Amino acid sequence: MSRAIRFAPLALLLIVILALVWRLATPADTTVSSKLEGQPLPVFQLAAAVPPKAALETADFATGQPRILNIFASWCVPCISEVKVLQGLKRRGVHIDGIAIRDRPQDVAAFLDRNGDPYERIGADPQSALQIALGSSGVPESFIVDGEGIIRYQHIGPIEASDVPKILKKLEEAR
Amino acid sequence: MIAETGLAALWLAAGLAALQFLLMVIALRTTLDVGRTIRAVAAVQGALALTAFVMLLLVFARSDMSVALVFENSHTAKPFIYKIAGAWGNHEGSMLLWVTVLSGAGACLGLLSRQTHERTLVAALGAQAALALGFYAFLLIASNPFARLLPAPPNGKGLNPLLQDPGLAFHPPTLYFGYVGLSVAFSLAVGALLTGEVDAKLARAMRPWVLGAWTLLTLGITAGSYWAYYELGWGGYWFWDPVENASLMPWLAATALLHSINVLAARGALKAWTMMLAVVAFSMSMVGTFLVRSGILTSVHAFAIDPQRGTFLLALLAIYVGAAFILFAVRGATLKEGAPFELVSRETGLVVNNLLLSVILGIVFLGTLYPLFVEAVSGEKLSVGAPYFNAVAGPLALVLAILVGIGPLLSWRRERRPVFKQLTVPALLGVTVFVISFIVAPAMGVLPRVGLPVAMFLAGASILPLVGRNPLRAPIATWGMVVAHLGIAVSLVGMAMNAAFTSERLAVVRPNETLTVGPWTVLLKEVTPTAGQNFTAIEAELRATRGDGIKVLKPQTRYFTDPPMETNEAAIDTFWNGQLYTVIGKPDPSGGWQLRLWWKPFVTLIWAGGVLIALGGAIAMTGRVRRQRRRKPEWRKERYA
Repeated sequence: MSRAIRFAPLALLLIVILALVWRLATPADTTVSSKLEGQPLPVFQLAAAVPPKAALETADFATGQPRILNIFASWCVPCISEVKVLQGLKRRGVHIDGIAIRDRPQDVAAFLDRNGDPYERIGADPQSALQIALGSSGVPESFIVDGEGIIRYQHIGPIEASDVPKILKKLEEAR
Repeated sequence: MIAETGLAALWLAAGLAALQFLLMVIALRTTLDVGRTIRAVAAVQGALALTAFVMLLLVFARSDMSVALVFENSHTAKPFIYKIAGAWGNHEGSMLLWVTVLSGAGACLGLLSRQTHERTLVAALGAQAALALGFYAFLLIASNPFARLLPAPPNGKGLNPLLQDPGLAFHPPTLYFGYVGLSVAFSLAVGALLTGEVDAKLARAMRPWVLGAWTLLTLGITAGSYWAYYELGWGGYWFWDPVENASLMPWLAATALLHSINVLAARGALKAWTMMLAVVAFSMSMVGTFLVRSGILTSVHAFAIDPQRGTFLLALLAIYVGAAFILFAVRGATLKEGAPFELVSRETGLVVNNLLLSVILGIVFLGTLYPLFVEAVSGEKLSVGAPYFNAVAGPLALVLAILVGIGPLLSWRRERRPVFKQLTVPALLGVTVFVISFIVAPAMGVLPRVGLPVAMFLAGASILPLVGRNPLRAPIATWGMVVAHLGIAVSLVGMAMNAAFTSERLAVVRPNETLTVGPWTVLLKEVTPTAGQNFTAIEAELRATRGDGIKVLKPQTRYFTDPPMETNEAAIDTFWNGQLYTVIGKPDPSGGWQLRLWWKPFVTLIWAGGVLIALGGAIAMTGRVRRQRRRKPEWRKERYA
């Protein structure tokens, strides 16, 4: 057996170890960036989810100010804790609109009564049609939309207290 | 106190491992006879590691929440069996199990091995101790399973509900026994390279260990595949997931080793190659453990990423594999190859088997780590999936399957008999199936189209070693080989049938509506809420019929609260000719439910084949062990001489 062959396994091992060391030193960025970021909102016109409260349509986002579009539902348990965080954001002057997915008006009203209402407008999406158009896979989910109706950031899952600084930063960037 | 006892046992075991290593160094440097001492040390070290593991089982059984690991992974409301399984269903516990098996294997090697050269055995025990020492250090420094959490919280944080399943409770330990069993082959190879005693005697000593580890690996992989099939609700049996590949790679290396070791045992040939494989097989086990435990590859097995632990494990991997490879590079040249052989011979068959298995191993290894290499070099992110593995490894596996049918018929050194005549019947069987497949299923894919005839050929050819002689007189090892090779054919039939003839339906169905799949008409009777010990669920009642009575299936969607999680519990009904696989999904606002149905003809053969393969290994092992038992151990002979 020639010298080169005898040392080949060692060389191979070295390459593999180097690659693994590199990976340990620079952990992979596992966040999947949304394909929708940079895209305009789909055109939609939703009926009001809780009638006296305002309905929601695409034009409502052309205000020149960044807004949070929050997808939620009264039947969604993580949404309960998220609403409290959204209340905090509202107190800091963030504009928040909601879309209630597969919900009934009385259930949404009861949900808001019990947990608080951070929303300026709430649209109803009884068939998940807009949810699918937005590329959202579940509730809750939030989009940061800039003043021209362009989606700047998609947050999957509930916004928790620890996410607030990141959300505020993204809102600032969308300004 | 229990936790402290466990921790003390671990420290003592680590101390003894250091002593065991030192004894080896002394033995190799001097003429001092340390044989009996090092055996005793290995035995006590194994017993201490076992003690530590039993202590861990105890704190889990008692739900002692003052132990941080129990708090993180258990809950008082959990069924007892899963409390126990929780002991190894986490990082620290599984590493303790790993080192327990490692030192247990070392103890068994010391106590049971009778046919090895004494110096090689001492060197092997030292190598085994060196391996154990690193993993003790890892446990004690970076992953203490007995760390206290005071004051004790009132209850634990539960266990991933996916893991609350009998299949998964026992699939990891089975795999671990297989993984770590290969450490003995590694240590024996290192020992033999150190002493230069690489010969048939060593191969015979190594063989039962490789057989045992390989049998358990086969079982573990089969069980894991079936678990993924019925628990994840995707209806697939192999996903080429990095963690699955991590268990496949040591299996491929061990399979190659299992065959090359026979050449070494019978003919004294393939010395360097066999030693290399023995080193590679356990190295693949360590690579697998590293990939799983460091969490650096994206996988459905979402283990937490921990850079410190990853670094530690990688360092161990680099040291052990690096040292073994250096030893190989330095000592490999001194190995004299054994008897020569001709082109058509059993040796050639086994060499080709080894080449194909090694290439497949290379393909899987490259596919698993390729995304990492690419990102390291170009920064581009990509993933390698089933299409690559199937397209590249699939055809090679089929070529290998054909050779599996031919190889065992050849005799050692040179073949003068007309063996290929024997293969007429199996070959005709294969061709017939090939022709029929065009008539029955004109639109079949290429892999199943070729796979099915190959499987039929192999099924016929695999039993030929028993034909033409009194089968009861055939050596037990031959029986083991025949059963294992038949198992490959059975598995292949299952895979090909599944790939070619599975029918699938996904639709929204309202109660009292029906959906058809394959030969089945399935009625959704009703959907009702139900509850288990630690979950609530909605359960669908399905009535399936294909004209011969009604089968009731009850798939569930389960909601766990601690931690919050939703799982699909598929309902599967098994028939002689296939499985009906049903999953209930989300409700639809129209009052219907998403219903997913599969009819999978002969899919169960995949795992039946896997079990047969393992059974073949077990049969071969009983034959080997029985033969060894009849001989007196040398170290005992010396004692009475």
